[in-house]
Amino acid sequence: MSGLSLQLSTPAENGFSLDIDCQLPAVGVTAIYGPSGSGKTSLLNCIAGLKPAGDNSLIRFKGTTWQSSSEFMPAWERRIGFVFQDARLFPHLSVAQNLEFALKRRGNNNETSFTEVVEWLQLGKLIARLPESLSAGQTQRVAIGRALLSGPQMLLMDEPLANLDHVAREECLFYLRRLRNALDLPIMYVSHDIEEVSQIADHLVLLENGHIEAQGSLLELCSALDTRLSHEEQAAAIVLGTIQSHDAQYGLSEITVAGETLFVNQIEAAIGQQQRLRIPARDVSLCKTRPQDSSILNIVPVEVSEIEETGGSRLLLRLALGEQYLLARITRKSAHALQLTEGDKLFAQIKSAALLSNSLAETTL
Amino acid sequence: MSVGVLDAIWLTIKLASITTLFLLLLGTPLAWWLSRRRTNFSAFVESIVALPLILPPTVLGFYLLIMLAPQTAVGKFWQELTGSQLAFSFSALVVGSVIYSLPFVVQPLQGAFSRIPHGLLQAAATLGAPPLDQFRSVVLPMCKRSFITAASLGFAHTVGEFGVVLMIGGNIPGETQVVSIAIYDQVESLQFANAHRLAAGLVIFSAALLFLLYRSNRQSFWRLPE
Repeated sequence: MSGLSLQLSTPAENGFSLDIDCQLPAVGVTAIYGPSGSGKTSLLNCIAGLKPAGDNSLIRFKGTTWQSSSEFMPAWERRIGFVFQDARLFPHLSVAQNLEFALKRRGNNNETSFTEVVEWLQLGKLIARLPESLSAGQTQRVAIGRALLSGPQMLLMDEPLANLDHVAREECLFYLRRLRNALDLPIMYVSHDIEEVSQIADHLVLLENGHIEAQGSLLELCSALDTRLSHEEQAAAIVLGTIQSHDAQYGLSEITVAGETLFVNQIEAAIGQQQRLRIPARDVSLCKTRPQDSSILNIVPVEVSEIEETGGSRLLLRLALGEQYLLARITRKSAHALQLTEGDKLFAQIKSAALLSNSLAETTL
Repeated sequence: MSVGVLDAIWLTIKLASITTLFLLLLGTPLAWWLSRRRTNFSAFVESIVALPLILPPTVLGFYLLIMLAPQTAVGKFWQELTGSQLAFSFSALVVGSVIYSLPFVVQPLQGAFSRIPHGLLQAAATLGAPPLDQFRSVVLPMCKRSFITAASLGFAHTVGEFGVVLMIGGNIPGETQVVSIAIYDQVESLQFANAHRLAAGLVIFSAALLFLLYRSNRQSFWRLPE
């Protein structure tokens, strides 16, 4: 097996235990998403070897056994980079010394050089400083750099942005996306913030109370009706689009998704670039015919692929837009009035579509 | 100063240095273990280590004397190993001093070790550092000041001991007669001038050491020298 296989059952601790049996990809960013207390950090700690999983557990990464009933490879031999929520820089060492700490112990895995990491994460000006003098965002950047310099086969990140304010968060996300694109390094990314996850994840694991509720590609899972995710208040579908043109006169950018045109607030991105769009379920309304005199700019033809009666006053629809999917949350009353059934061809009015991964354009740095 | 007095001073320095060395070698792993365990057994060990703080030195010295006597297992073993008697020897002084000063080394180290966040050691582990390396490159440098404190207190306390030494070492010039005993000896024989010199010397030494210690501890815990 080329990925990460996990069979975990940890002994119960205050009534909580992990019970997981899954196969995760060892490419791209896998987000582990769930509410606090769902076992996200425990899961990462088990993978890292910081916390022994139960006796019958099995952890294998790319053909190497990290834990089985007869073996336990200690954390310091697993070659994983761990970025903790609280960074955990060594307070008695300068930034440079923190980075060298990793460098000295990585053996012959010299894929990433000191200078490269310093340049990627823009650590040049911080190099001589002590951790206590760094801002939260800088601290986390150093922590990411240190993890990368340890020559990891995989990066584990435990809510790395949770302690950051909005600006530092966006900045860090920018660096993370850049690293994801520059390095061929699988990343396990724990978060309870779906927007953060939507921005960087390729694969999504939904964790609930110590077990995996669902896993799959981010785009598919966000619009699947049978998970908790699509029932959250801020549920949103994520679609991929290509930048077509910028309209400076109206301050809009034109993006095509499955051959259909959408307008979003103008962004700085090259024509032809792929972008993720996040479309909240509550901002999608439906019409049987194409509205001619609506103030809503984005109207696309869709096909109802699934309807879920959630009980209560509203229901949830999954709409096919070409190969991709949207979610719409409408009232049960309107659904009955329109006599909606699966397979209906409708028009979706999209009130808002937020572009992901562009809050900090590369040109501004 | 007479030769005897110089001998006593030299012996005291030798005893305190060797004792401090043993204290650090023994006290470090012991303090580490105590700082990581919270069991009844560790609490028991902790109280045994602290016992010399409250017991009269004569009690400790008395039991040590009995334990180190030539007819006991420890005494016999020592006799076979070295060919000389353990009780009333310099080696017995070292044994007694190590036990007597142990809490002065273990307690500051234990306190410092327990202030090291476990998360930092986990971070070091994920960066490829095995436990001994974690200790050497994270714990040791972060606790440098506490090591200096522990070593200084261990040294000073050994210099200042009297009761235990008298019980297990006797008063053999050049072998077991340390400064504190020498002072007692001089006073007994009404050599007040000599007693004055030695006593004043001890006061000045101890005060200076404590002053340096307290002054350096006022600086931040893990700040690097600029």
